[in-house]
Order: sequence, then structure tokens, then C-alpha cells
Amino acid sequence: MIVSVPEQLRYSEEHEWVSGLDGDDGIVTIGITAHAADALGEIVYLELQPSEGDAVEAGEPCGEVESTKSVSDIYSPVSGEVTAVNSAVVDEPKVINDDPYGEGWIFKVRVSDEPGDLLDSVAYEKLIEEA
Amino acid sequence: MPADPPAKSAPAATGPRKTPLHDVHQDLGANLVDFAGYLMPLRYRSETAEHQAVRTGAGLFDLSHMGEIFLSGPGAGDALDYALVGKLAAMPVGKARYTMICAPDGGVLDDLIVYRLADTTWMVVANAANADVVRDALAERAAGFEAAVDDRSASYALIALQGPRSQKILEGFTEAPLADLKYYAILAGRVADVDALVARTGYTGEDGFELFVDASDAVRLWKALEGVDGVVPAGLAARDSLRLEAGMPLYGNELTAETTPFEAGLGRVVKLDKPGDFVGRSALAAVAQTPPGRRLVGLVARGRRAPRKGYEVVTSGGAPCGIVTSGAPSPTLGEPIAMAYLDSGAGETGLAVDVRGRNEPVDVVALPFYKRS
Repeated sequence: MIVSVPEQLRYSEEHEWVSGLDGDDGIVTIGITAHAADALGEIVYLELQPSEGDAVEAGEPCGEVESTKSVSDIYSPVSGEVTAVNSAVVDEPKVINDDPYGEGWIFKVRVSDEPGDLLDSVAYEKLIEEA
Repeated sequence: MPADPPAKSAPAATGPRKTPLHDVHQDLGANLVDFAGYLMPLRYRSETAEHQAVRTGAGLFDLSHMGEIFLSGPGAGDALDYALVGKLAAMPVGKARYTMICAPDGGVLDDLIVYRLADTTWMVVANAANADVVRDALAERAAGFEAAVDDRSASYALIALQGPRSQKILEGFTEAPLADLKYYAILAGRVADVDALVARTGYTGEDGFELFVDASDAVRLWKALEGVDGVVPAGLAARDSLRLEAGMPLYGNELTAETTPFEAGLGRVVKLDKPGDFVGRSALAAVAQTPPGRRLVGLVARGRRAPRKGYEVVTSGGAPCGIVTSGAPSPTLGEPIAMAYLDSGAGETGLAVDVRGRNEPVDVVALPFYKRS
């Protein structure tokens, strides 16, 4: 199955995507990739530990996503302060399956450190092909 | 993310086998996974929608990975009575039985449906992962009988149509008297211009049919049924949530070689009163006399987190007292459900399941979770 890997996004090895890294306000939007959503199956429950104003650390687990078939951790791909949590996907997690890069965004972070090891779309595509 | 989404692998020359319907699944955009050595559809679109289609209308499944092993000859019935825990020689032609094949120590090697097709012919349907074990055990155990064991798994495709609308839909493709075909019965007929063994059996908790056809006829039959308005192709994910709601055990989860039928609450399939010896008899007779060490129960979670296979059941004091064997959010009940083995002596109140380090309260309920009305 071919899943979409938008070129303009950056990716973590844990299958999160990050957008807005080149924005002026330093705020990025984070979600999980179509590949991850597809592998998980229908997402039925999402829990994000930090709320608005809390700090997150790159590479640290900050929530859980549960599908009909399995459960996985969500890792923050960047360090900084959470500025928004998408309450719409907490209420209706299936939106992540339907629109992982749009309506299915999960949280926003004001980045404090320069993010390190994020992948571009080519590298991420390679990662999921080899998986 | 990561950790444990189901493994996905591309088909390779040495990889999993493909069913006769492989190309159809690909055309439908199925999410294909290696299951028991076969590339099988996990889901086509939404497994919840597929699940609901089976509960309210009709779902179409490719089950061609299942094993079909034939026993025939004047001693075939006696061979089965010796090899399996049930009474098969005495069953009428055209009927089906749910039964098990056990090891000499009473452990379950597989759970099976056995169909009597003719006076001297029986068909044993085994789980894909165990088909080779079952075939070898049957061949070994039938050696002293006038019976031939023939594994025809590769030449058969199995297509299931499950759900309350199944009979009405299938009647559009066959003259066979489906209204007279009882649950756990089988007939030979023509369906969509294809020779088929039509069984009223399934693994969903709904009315439905399982159609055994020659592998070369599978695509034609599938396309005919799929073409009916409202018939939804359904994958293994929906099959698993459907059987869980129906309280049906899955080999590898509730049933293993370390489990006896009695622990699984299925002691009724062990026919200790049948004439003659059978493999596992003395061990099972002893187990039948002693209270089981553990028992299979149903759990409903009070919160939103689903107990999963392998999670620990704990008492109100936090002491481990059991293990979850299957669990998932139930689409029909709208809450997480699970099956679990509780240790002997464990009470049934104040229990919780350790969901990744957090104790989530659960209630013990009678199985099944769902019964069709």
C-alpha cells in the first residue's frame, strides 16, 4: 500500500511528522504519519500527557495512541513548550486515520532547541520501505 | 510511535503464500499482512465499519488460509473418534461439529470444525497455523484404521458470507434449500455457477455461511457475492473483534498446547463417554475430576483503555491474579472487552488490568459479550 509522505514535512524515526519548522513564530505542529496511522488501524483513543504550557522533551514519550488492534507511545519529536492540543482528535481520534496531516494534527510546540535528527520526506520514505 | 503496530511485509518469492483471491484483495486496496504464513487482508477500509456490516448486513471474508483435511474410508469415523476428543463417527451425514485435537497430555493442539460429507467421508477444518500439525497428527493417529488422510488445503478456497442478510443474499445465487439448512450443517450445491460445499457455520456470532470451493473458482464466486449491494469485504481485524464479542476462543490466545479444553470452559466438547480410547483420554479424564487451576472469564473495562493479550489481571491489592488472552474495544458494546484466565481462588470483584503500568478497573461478566437476537 502506498501512503502519502508530504515533501514539506519533517519526520521522526518514531513516525511523527513536524510542520512549520521554518516559520517565524517558532511554533511547530506535530502529528503521526499516514504510515503509522495505517499500521495501527482505526485509532480509538488518544492520550496526551502534557497540556498547554507544559514542557516536552525531544525523544521522550508524551502520550499514547490506541487503535482497535494495538497501542503505541507518542514521542515528541522536538523540545519546547506545548502551545496547543487538538481537542477535536482527543474527542474523535479516528480523525487521525482520515486526515493524518491535516485535521488529525495532535499538538503544537514552541520549539526551544534547534531540533536535531529529523528526517526529510525522502529519508522517511526510505525508513518505512525498509521497515 | 512504533513499538507494536502489526507487522507488515511485502510479498516476496520466499515470503508468505497467496490465496487464490490475492489479486482481488490488492485491487480492493486491502491492507495485507502475513498471517500464519499467508498474505491475508487485515482490513480493506475501516475494520469497525466491516465489523458493523457483519452485525447488521453482510460481510465477505477470504478464509482460504484455513486447512481442509479429508478422512475417507470405512474406518474414517473410528479414526476420528480416536484422534479427536469428540464423537464424530456417530454424527449424521450433512452435519458439522465443533471439536478439538489434543496431545496425549490433554493440551489443545487445535480447535476444529468437522463436517461429515458422506457415509465414509469427513472434512476436518483446521486453523492455518496448525494445519500441518493437524494433518500429521491425523495421519499418525489414523494409521491403524481403514482410513485415508488427504490434505486438500491447497486446492480449496474458503469464502465466508456472514451476517443477518447472508441467507437472502446467497439465495440469489443458488437453488439449494438454504432455509432448511440448519446451523452447523452442510450441503453440496451450485452457487453462482460454481460447485460449492455450503456450510452454515462461522466465527462471527452471526448467522452466515462458509463456502468451500475449488481454488480456481474462488474469484468468480467472490466477485458475484461482492457485487451485491451492501456486501462489505471484511478482513481479519473485523473477524477477530467479531469472534471476541461472540466469546469464541482463538487458538494461540485462549487455546494453546498448555491449555486443556476444561480450563477454556469447553469441557463439553470432550466426550469421555464415547466408546473406545482416544488420544488424551486418560489425562483429560483426570482433569475432568479436578477443579480447574484457572478459568476463562469475560472482562469489561470501566474506562476507555483496552486490556490486551498478555496484560496482567490484578486484585484490588495489586497482586497478579490472571492474564489477558484477547482484548479490544468492542464496536457493538462501545466499551473495551477482554477474555482472561483467572487463577483458581481469585475473586471476581475489585479486579483491574495493568494497562502499561496503570491499573484500569474491570468487571467480570458472563461470556459471550454479544449474542444475536
